[in-house]
Amino acid sequence: MFPTPLERTSRSWQIGYQSLLPVAVIAWLLPLLAVAMFSVKPSSDFTGGDYWSWPSRFAGFENYGRVFTDSPMPRYILNSFMITIPTVIGAVALSCMTGFALGVYRFRFNLLVFFLFIAGNFVPFQILMIPVRDLTIDAGLYNTKLGLVLFHIAFQTGFCTLFMRNFIRALPFELIEAARVEGITEFQIFWHIVLPLMKPAIAALSVLIFTFIWNDYFWAVVLTQGPQAQPVTAGITSFNAQFGVAYHMLSAGSIVAALPPVLMFFLMQRHFIAGLTLGAVK
Amino acid sequence: MTDTTAAAPHHSWFHRNRKTITPWLFLLPGILFFSVYVVYPIIQSINLSFYKWDGLGEAEYVGTANYERLVSDRAFTVSLFNNMKWLLLYLLAIPAGLFIALFLNQTVRGIRIYKSLFFFPFVISQVVVGLVFTWFYDPNFGLLNGILGAVGLGPINVLGDPALATYGIIAAGLWPQTAYCMILYLTGLNAVDPEQIEAARLDGAKGWRMLWHIIIPQLKPATFIAFVVTIIGALRSFDLISIMTNGGPFGSTRVLSFYMFEKALSEYGFRMGYGAAIAVVLFFIMLFFIAYFLWSMYQDEKGR
Repeated sequence: MFPTPLERTSRSWQIGYQSLLPVAVIAWLLPLLAVAMFSVKPSSDFTGGDYWSWPSRFAGFENYGRVFTDSPMPRYILNSFMITIPTVIGAVALSCMTGFALGVYRFRFNLLVFFLFIAGNFVPFQILMIPVRDLTIDAGLYNTKLGLVLFHIAFQTGFCTLFMRNFIRALPFELIEAARVEGITEFQIFWHIVLPLMKPAIAALSVLIFTFIWNDYFWAVVLTQGPQAQPVTAGITSFNAQFGVAYHMLSAGSIVAALPPVLMFFLMQRHFIAGLTLGAVK
Repeated sequence: MTDTTAAAPHHSWFHRNRKTITPWLFLLPGILFFSVYVVYPIIQSINLSFYKWDGLGEAEYVGTANYERLVSDRAFTVSLFNNMKWLLLYLLAIPAGLFIALFLNQTVRGIRIYKSLFFFPFVISQVVVGLVFTWFYDPNFGLLNGILGAVGLGPINVLGDPALATYGIIAAGLWPQTAYCMILYLTGLNAVDPEQIEAARLDGAKGWRMLWHIIIPQLKPATFIAFVVTIIGALRSFDLISIMTNGGPFGSTRVLSFYMFEKALSEYGFRMGYGAAIAVVLFFIMLFFIAYFLWSMYQDEKGR
């Protein structure tokens, strides 16, 4: 292990390290901790110009309560879920199929199609912006959740295909060969043999895509406007306009907007990290 | 029974060619979606960059006029230069991530929680990161000036100063990006061959020499991915700029992605053709890196 494991170092460094850890983590998260503290301060603390003292009393319940009762925030959050969940299902379903095709079969253009998916996944959003916006308007899907979902599914298919194909490549190929000898159809191989083995990849990809789509801001701004279809990332700016300089409310709103992917991460941590670091080890 | 005999030739043709047809059937929906929403729009955008179009009326063919105007457009030059700053400074996330990963690569009690907390900024949306840092930098009540004031410095208005604003935004972007690189390296460090390390220790290698000659070469796959995601992240920067400064002060924090959006969908009328030309420039900058990534991956595929 590198660096030298702690138990093999001097006693003083061991104590130093143990006490350095919490200090480092607090310093690292300092900007966020400040916002968390703001969000539980009562508004009277701010009117007095008193930003940095400890909250005079805990006002978390009323601040967070107001986020849900006095603003369209619940609507934005609901929109975010209604955009994110169908996208996750669609992109994972499509990429299970593309990943299977590219991972299992050897055919001409295999690598070409694969590289096209990867390259497409890396292009700047702006090169797609005008045509995708026009297409969405022409289809009557501007300012709808469906319009965003369709685009997200298509774009995420690039990354998901890369992920799924590499995962399937690492599966034992003898299993598929054996099934073919048994006379099982190709579709049954996909459904009964490969798909069950892909469960960890599906889990990892689902949490990743959930986070990516939840956090999308650019496409939300390009393809939607107003509380009817906008997800929370875009909605937070109008939320901020509504509350102006009420920093306790702005802080509480931001934390609410950030929370679902954070919960997802802490609940599904193993899958999340397995997904992000695929390929980081050979 | 008649049914089966009628279907038999068809079935056998499909059966004979099933290994050729099946992959394309499975690829079909994915390719269809991807072509409509990604591949074809790229071609459309490149085409549009040779037109003048307000998004409503007839598009007028203007040849390379949009590109000629770019050359003398100061806002474009500033954006391009800012993109270079983003690219170079964003790469700091890689050594910074490695440093934190080395710091956290221990097996003490509660280390998993610490690793999660360090990774935490990556999970938050860039919009919220932008807001958090805007308040952090705020000249009146921001924590930064609080800290600077405590040591007798400041106050500084990071986002209000054209000379500092871009660096302030990049610093905000480095926060989640460093977390991402850290998690890549933590995974990489987990897989480093312990026997090699022990052998090197017996040879008297330690500290920097060990890191440079033994560890970093073994972390190459993690470094490659960190490089890819950091370059892409740097060139994609949009959310933070839009939230923190909206391109200002005096357009000093624009980058190509933001400037393109501004031109194409601004309140002063849509200049789609000009916007498309900016997007094409950004696309070709990205394409340079994409080609390198694909080439590396191709070498890898051949090696298998």
